[in-house]
Amino acid sequence: MAVFTEEQTMLRDAAKAWVAEKSPVTTFRKLRDGGNADGFDRAVWREMAQMGWAGILVPEEFGGTELGCLTLGIVLEETGRTLTASPLLSTALIAASALVLGGTDAQKQQWLPGIADGSAVAAFAVDEGAHHHPEKLAMTKALTGTKTFVAEGGAADLVIVATKDGLFLVRGDAKGLARRRLSSVDSRGLARLTFDRAEGESLSASLDQVLDRARAGLAAEMLGTAAQAFEITLDYLKTRTQFGQLIGTFQSLQHRAAKMYTELELTRSCVEAALIAIDKGANDVPQLVALAKAKASETLHLVSNEMIQMHGGIGMTDAHDAGLYLKRARVAEAMYGGASYHRDRYASLMGY
Amino acid sequence: MSDLESFRSEVKSWIEDNLPASLKGAGARALTDEGDASIWGGKRVKWTNPDAKLWLERMGAKGWTAPTWPTQYGGGGLTAAEARVLEQELGRAKAPPALASFGIWMLGPVLLEYANEEQKMEHLPKIVRGEIRWCQGYSEPGAGSDLAGLRTQCVDEGDHYLINGSKIWTSYANHADWIFCLVRTDNTKKHEGISFILFDMTSPGVETRPIKLISGNSPFCETFFTDVKVPKANLVGKLNGGWDIAKRLLQYERQNISSGGFGGGGGYDLQDAAKDYVGLENGKIADADLRARIAAHKMDAQAFALTVRRLQEEAKTQKGPSPATSIIKYAAAKLNQDRTELLVEAMGSQGLGWDGEGYSPAEIMAMRGLLRAKGNSIEGGTSEVNLNVVSKRVLGLLDHQ
Repeated sequence: MAVFTEEQTMLRDAAKAWVAEKSPVTTFRKLRDGGNADGFDRAVWREMAQMGWAGILVPEEFGGTELGCLTLGIVLEETGRTLTASPLLSTALIAASALVLGGTDAQKQQWLPGIADGSAVAAFAVDEGAHHHPEKLAMTKALTGTKTFVAEGGAADLVIVATKDGLFLVRGDAKGLARRRLSSVDSRGLARLTFDRAEGESLSASLDQVLDRARAGLAAEMLGTAAQAFEITLDYLKTRTQFGQLIGTFQSLQHRAAKMYTELELTRSCVEAALIAIDKGANDVPQLVALAKAKASETLHLVSNEMIQMHGGIGMTDAHDAGLYLKRARVAEAMYGGASYHRDRYASLMGY
Repeated sequence: MSDLESFRSEVKSWIEDNLPASLKGAGARALTDEGDASIWGGKRVKWTNPDAKLWLERMGAKGWTAPTWPTQYGGGGLTAAEARVLEQELGRAKAPPALASFGIWMLGPVLLEYANEEQKMEHLPKIVRGEIRWCQGYSEPGAGSDLAGLRTQCVDEGDHYLINGSKIWTSYANHADWIFCLVRTDNTKKHEGISFILFDMTSPGVETRPIKLISGNSPFCETFFTDVKVPKANLVGKLNGGWDIAKRLLQYERQNISSGGFGGGGGYDLQDAAKDYVGLENGKIADADLRARIAAHKMDAQAFALTVRRLQEEAKTQKGPSPATSIIKYAAAKLNQDRTELLVEAMGSQGLGWDGEGYSPAEIMAMRGLLRAKGNSIEGGTSEVNLNVVSKRVLGLLDHQ
């Protein structure tokens, strides 16, 4: 991993410890089996906010620490490891970014303290159809139309809405907003939102800038998910015996494990480079984010498939965690553009 | 101004004053009679451009051909951060590398770690100045991936060693002045019977024979040793303790052949070739499938470059290259093979030339590059061996029983 500051190292260790103790995969499994309508536990989210994570992008005057996207990415990676379901991405990263980059003083005053203390949950509504095409949005400032594939869209107190006329801020209880929770394969809080001349306020942040932060943050979470899926699988290779041998001594499995490790290392470099570029305000953010999201999608796809195959039959059962990783993988891969979207974008950015 | 920034301005003005005008922006232009852009130095070099010689002398005198080596051995004595600044400024000035050298990339780092003071004083300064060109005596006809199966005999004759045997795939042995060589000093043990020794390639009994490759070039040799007398002071480290040095050197080799990327940056850029030979439609390469594969490759290449840089930064806090560098060699080989294949594909039938009229030099070079790149996943440890190394040393998976 990148060379971290002492503060970042401490934060990572704290996140690692919290995740292990308070949010192992069994917690997510209970949430899924309990039929929680929000797709996350508000009490857990408040606890995460108390750790300071909800305010990592929020300026100090509004109750945050303003430590930057790389730092928040470090926490997202750790929560991604155990499939922790929370509004960390939608709220602490995306909504906080939209407000910090383009909110008026009044908007910041109204929302940022609540984001930092965990009392306000936010969602980011972009997609209008089955595929991610933010360049071809139909919705205008009239705020009429449908948004789908909206993470935390069912529970959100505020929604950042992408339109062809820019970003808008719509209250969760706004007139003209109807929402329907989606039962998605990853059991998270996805929703479809229908707007009918909804009340909203304009935000001056650019859609591209906020989207790229969303993508980079999600890529960090996916890196954690893939890394953990790989480690669980590697452990299994070191304990499962067949033909009187640990299956991890078979070269065909060793080479596939080594290739996964290689992809994870490459992905980590891309994710960290994208987050660092965002924090620096570098010119090549779009290119690095396209790279990070594409690589994270490809790698998580590979590792989630291999996790099942290398576990054999047990990996196909609902009782095993492999299925949970696979299901989350497919949703995260598609969200804010999958690998093929970002390859196309990368080629266009490079002028071919 | 920070120390680093004042160092940067110092470097800038030094380059301004010392880089000969004819080399500014020299890039991939041929500078020696070997037909590539690299300056390998050594006693047998034939300079086609006297400015390249001057550039090597000036860089060597500063120790900047080996920027981080200690000054007492002729190195630049720079910190890693300063070395990075130097590299950036040389890049900005489009200065050609002053020296390409197995001595700098592979031998020097292990001499610094394992050699005695006399050996360091004898060999390191000459490496820095490019006075002695080294070759690597590792692989043998019967010892490729199973390198520790090597059989070249080194027998103690009292006041000297006597070496008999043969090596293969010795890169540029026919141009080298000295060899660093793995030899067998104990026939009863495998890994613990290997020693690491240095000797002069002009010693009686040394013979080299270039091997012609599918690319038409001959970068490798067969090398034969018949009763070669070697002074006992030339043994590096302990007798029968050569395997640790050999492995360490391989880590440096894999790191170095890869971090620059195989094949280097020379030649036709892939996206330019696709634009020129396939054409654009609405600003996109007209063949959508090829465009997607070029983008995927370019992204892999950027991910690779970011990883090399990240591992270098992390290595500052550790000692030497980590075993994870094995993924670098594996990934670099695959990248260069993908790149050369895509380049030939982008050129269509114009990429399928071998020689002569009807094909441009860039087209010929593309095909020769494709053919040469097949060796990238074999030389310096096959991709399979590198995956084994990652499995065992990094992931902790065990050998099959």
